Amino acid sequence: MALLTLDNVEARYGPIKALHGVSLVVEEGQAVSLLGANGAGKTTTLRAVSGTVRKTGEIAFGGKRISGCGPETIARLGIAHVPEGRGIYAELTVWENVVLGGSTRRGGRTVKQDAERALQYFPRIAGRRSQQAGTLSGGEQQMLALARALVARPRLLMLDEPSLGLAPTAVQEFYRVVRALNQEEGLTVLVVEQNARIALVSTQHAYVLEVGRVALSGASDQLSRHEGVRASYLGY
Amino acid sequence: MTEFVQYVVVGLANGGVYATLALALVLIHRATGIVNFAQGEMGMFATFIAWSLINHHGLPYWVAFFVTLLIAFLGGAGIHQAVIRPLERGSALTVVMATIALLIVLNGLAGWIWAPDAKFMQSPFPLKVLHVGGVVMNVQDLGVIGVSLLCVAVVFLFFRFTRLGLQMRAAAVGPATSRLLGIRVPLMLSLGWGLAAMLSAVSGMMAAPFVQLDPNFMLLILTYSFAAAVLGGIDSPVGSVVGAFLIGVGISVLSGYARDFLGGELQLPVALAVLLGVLVLRPAGLFGRVVVRRV
Repeated sequence: MALLTLDNVEARYGPIKALHGVSLVVEEGQAVSLLGANGAGKTTTLRAVSGTVRKTGEIAFGGKRISGCGPETIARLGIAHVPEGRGIYAELTVWENVVLGGSTRRGGRTVKQDAERALQYFPRIAGRRSQQAGTLSGGEQQMLALARALVARPRLLMLDEPSLGLAPTAVQEFYRVVRALNQEEGLTVLVVEQNARIALVSTQHAYVLEVGRVALSGASDQLSRHEGVRASYLGY
Repeated sequence: MTEFVQYVVVGLANGGVYATLALALVLIHRATGIVNFAQGEMGMFATFIAWSLINHHGLPYWVAFFVTLLIAFLGGAGIHQAVIRPLERGSALTVVMATIALLIVLNGLAGWIWAPDAKFMQSPFPLKVLHVGGVVMNVQDLGVIGVSLLCVAVVFLFFRFTRLGLQMRAAAVGPATSRLLGIRVPLMLSLGWGLAAMLSAVSGMMAAPFVQLDPNFMLLILTYSFAAAVLGGIDSPVGSVVGAFLIGVGISVLSGYARDFLGGELQLPVALAVLLGVLVLRPAGLFGRVVVRRV
């Protein structure tokens, strides 16, 4: 069943059009990657879904039209958007950051239990909960951002370039958790990546954006054998 | 020595009045990024409401106190929704100008409603003195110190230990991220303005019994509180409270010992000299953080 559908979505920043009619579908329980060069509209697509950019066209989530909703409402419907640059509260502690992930939920106690559980995925930050989040390394902040997103108990997790600026081992560690969440816990994931290699092995389906349009889509393993994709995004 | 302790007690009472207002200034600065020049007048207006509740509507002092806090909260949140929020897309200067306009409007409104002649606000504390080991202490001073410290402590505990307090802090430091997490940022900022208005009301109600209640009585206190907030670091709640008590005690002790050449006339210049000195030597204040930005 389709959890998220975009139908002919257009978006612009002032006079510059960033999306020229993007249509895509994310099935319930699926992990989907969104690939493309710089400026192809990947980030804008996620922003259109989370309601942080003006757009036209139809976006539906769980059968409900969300194109007209603001970001707070969309977050409350169960979409967790980990933005580019991670959006960590640098001056709050690690623990405060994680707990804030549960802002959409009622009941402080279950939120705290979930925050504990989310931190268990990342032993590297679990022991540093009273540390200021701004002092964490880039990889650790990315883990923190993911842990925080999980506390919202989202139905859809959207990640924007989580590998950006991370050490290769940190990228591997991060995606190991993403795959576990998707395959073992059935969490639906939509991930934007420049690093097509890691994205394709971590997802079942992929879309390739070019200048604000879907240029190509298919099963991730098929796309990784596609000649154009190999030449443009995988580099071999 | 006993003289010194007496000056310190008086200074702490003044410091408590400055501390509540300085904390309000810092809360607004953190949430909205501007200095609210109307903060003192919001406290002044609330104090007139309290005066009117007690003297025209016959409410007992503490009932009037808490009713006033409630009205101040609603007023502060309402001002944010009606005046500040529509201007948030504009520059900081626009918002600052709006708070100056608000200052003048509230000042004029209070003069119009309650006539410009001076009134006297009662104190909830008895006009008695305590003798502790030769030191003479005014019960009213001690009461002001107690109420101010209690209010400051409640605010700190609220921000530190409650979910709502944490969400309000998050909305202030990272509005974009907060929206993605489902936090209703405008609502949180309105709550912050309401809370700041309550603190100003406490400041006004504590200060008024020591002066004549007229529409201008908070202007001087606002100046001292602003100096306190800058001294402590305009973004540091702890710093503003410490700064307020330092300024309160400092001025009281200074003008106590150097009464001859540093009489009442020179108190304000001394406070402003402190403000200037801090701005020159340590622009971030005693507790402020120097934010380094990559460019």
